[in-house]
Amino acid sequence: MKVLVPVKRVVDHNVKIRVKGDGSGVDLANVKMSINPFDEIAVEEAVRLKEAGVATEIVVVSIGPVQAQDVLRTALAVGADRAILIRAEVMPEPLAVAKLLTAVVGREQPGLVLLGKQAIDDDSNQTGQMLSALLGWSQATFASRIAIAGDRATVTREVDGGLQVIDVALPAVVSVDLRLNEPRYATLPNIMKAKKKPLEEVPVGDFGIDVALRLTVLATEEPKLRGPGVRVASAAELVDKLKAEAGIL
Amino acid sequence: MTILLLAEHDNIALSELTARALTAASQMGDAVDILVAGQGAQGVAATAAQLAGVRRVLLAEAPALEQRLAEPTAALLVALAADYAAIVAPATSTGKNVLPRVAALLDVMQVSEIVEVVAPDTFKRPIYAGNAVQTVRSGDAVKVVTVRTAAFAPTASGETAVEIVTVTDAGDPGLSRFVENRFAATDRPDLGAARIVVSGGRALGSAEKFRETILPLADRMGAAVGASRAAVDAGYAPNDWQVGQTGKVVAPDLYIACGISGAIQHLAGMKDARIIVAINKDADAPIFQVADYGLVGDLFELVPELARQL
Ligand SMILES: Cc1cc2nc3c(=O)[nH]c(=O)nc-3n(C[C@H](O)[C@H](O)[C@H](O)COP(=O)(O)OP(=O)(O)OC[C@H]3O[C@@H](n4cnc5c(N)ncnc54)[C@H](O)[C@@H]3O)c2cc1C
Ligand SMILES: Cc1cc2nc3c(=O)[nH]c(=O)nc-3n(C[C@H](O)[C@H](O)[C@H](O)COP(=O)(O)OP(=O)(O)OC[C@H]3O[C@@H](n4cnc5c(N)ncnc54)[C@H](O)[C@@H]3O)c2cc1C
Repeated sequence: MKVLVPVKRVVDHNVKIRVKGDGSGVDLANVKMSINPFDEIAVEEAVRLKEAGVATEIVVVSIGPVQAQDVLRTALAVGADRAILIRAEVMPEPLAVAKLLTAVVGREQPGLVLLGKQAIDDDSNQTGQMLSALLGWSQATFASRIAIAGDRATVTREVDGGLQVIDVALPAVVSVDLRLNEPRYATLPNIMKAKKKPLEEVPVGDFGIDVALRLTVLATEEPKLRGPGVRVASAAELVDKLKAEAGIL
Repeated sequence: MTILLLAEHDNIALSELTARALTAASQMGDAVDILVAGQGAQGVAATAAQLAGVRRVLLAEAPALEQRLAEPTAALLVALAADYAAIVAPATSTGKNVLPRVAALLDVMQVSEIVEVVAPDTFKRPIYAGNAVQTVRSGDAVKVVTVRTAAFAPTASGETAVEIVTVTDAGDPGLSRFVENRFAATDRPDLGAARIVVSGGRALGSAEKFRETILPLADRMGAAVGASRAAVDAGYAPNDWQVGQTGKVVAPDLYIACGISGAIQHLAGMKDARIIVAINKDADAPIFQVADYGLVGDLFELVPELARQL
């Protein structure tokens, strides 16, 4: 079974981003970019499926600028076999990303698409569900455990009440949560080997898909900041303040 | 302009998160219908019918809807969509699972986790773990929107109940099968709607110490229990207690963070609480930058002491 893993290049999770002074967006100049942490977990899971003899080939795909090659190389270094970069200067929205991925699925015919449940920049949490809808495939989101047997997958999902187990027919789109696995680090020899693995580049225009943005960003602002608080010396003083000042207890 | 709101429930009770999302939905149009999709959920529909400002309640019942699996629930919403200007759901795990599927089938770009309705087509939503807030306008004919419930007060229930209309389910493609829910039974308030939340972090050190230290204070205060991702990853607390960018977003009156450093991903889930208390032995921990009241010291002494003082 072939596994397709979409990976997104995002601002590194350790970076504290800043809003531009004129409210036109977030300042991303010279900011460290990395593979979306959820996608790192999706790649790791695909590699484990290959090591277990369930997956035969892992194809990673990213939509974005030429620098997105870096996140594809990272994925190749931990065990993906082949990469596709869909070159887009303006990052498409999840709906357009899902349409582009639908076309890639048509060409590659994977039995499973594994992807992050959300990208940590835009926090949309949409792409996997949209892709599954457009393909008419089964959908399993927020996976913390995936067990594949024959043409079905049993997926444990992290939901508001706890854990939910569902059983889905393959092919399926599965979006992954943080507790699915702990991704390995790429070793130096594997990073060198990854440079020789195939990475195909396709301009987004070749797909003939309308990627125009549907949402217009009118403004980007800083969140409301909280004023500095006070230190209290003891639990007793805290209780007093909560009663007298905060009016809570 | 009529809005369709997907109810959050467990077939027995209507979640308060529905009433919160209703507040947002009411600001988007002049009438709101609530869809209760489930199985044996007549009681839920009856509660929904009492919420103020609702035009009517649609009740769809089928075995495949019992757990609101993504494919049949999305199909139902798509079948109903033609009559509505917007499809809205609280950003619960069900809402997040189902609504993007509806959006794609309607060829609409969803607006996720709104915190403010600026106009029926314009919304504010946090991005980058809440470090920026974007105002976005949707140009799509139908709006598909999930609501961050912590940002909206619940709509009250009225005296009178509106009509409940039965609608037929849209069938089940049979792609997914529900196996089981592993939910721990609890008498504590729901984390998403609680007035007080007591949270523990990595500092607790084990599941036993988490239980022995955090739960008595929470129970004393009638509070819900939260946890950092580090505490959940280490197995000290179950996943449904996680607060943060990738867990639950809460805005209680009082949030008490015990042994939590205050990483941005954790702050994303609690910085809109009215009052934040931090208990941490490191006086320089970032959590103190957002705390209204900071208590520096060993939580294993301070948390039990706090419980005694109450
Ligand atoms: C530099 C930059 C500039 C932007 N400018 C704008 C703007 O001007 N206006 C605007 O509305 N939005 C802008 N955005 C946001 C962007 O258009 C999309 O909304 C966003 O990229 C998609 O949402 P998401 O990644 O949160 O999706 P999610 O649904 O949260 O993503 C889930 C998963 O889908 C997959 N995925 C998502 N995107 C890709 C991708 N590109 N390639 C491969 N896999 C992917 C990944 O596996 C990811 O884990 C910008 C984003 C960036 C990084
Ligand atoms: C993509 C992504 C998503 C994430 N999502 C989330 C999320 O949703 N929620 C979340 O919480 N995190 C999330 N994280 C993780 C986050 O970055 C932090 O790693 C995590 O919040 C740290 O948890 P902590 O504060 O419990 O642990 P630590 O950072 O280790 O802090 C422990 C604190 O306890 C204090 N302490 C130790 N002993 C004592 C004692 N005896 N008494 C008092 N204080 C003591 C220490 O001084 C320290 O400040 C995410 C990370 C990534 C990359």
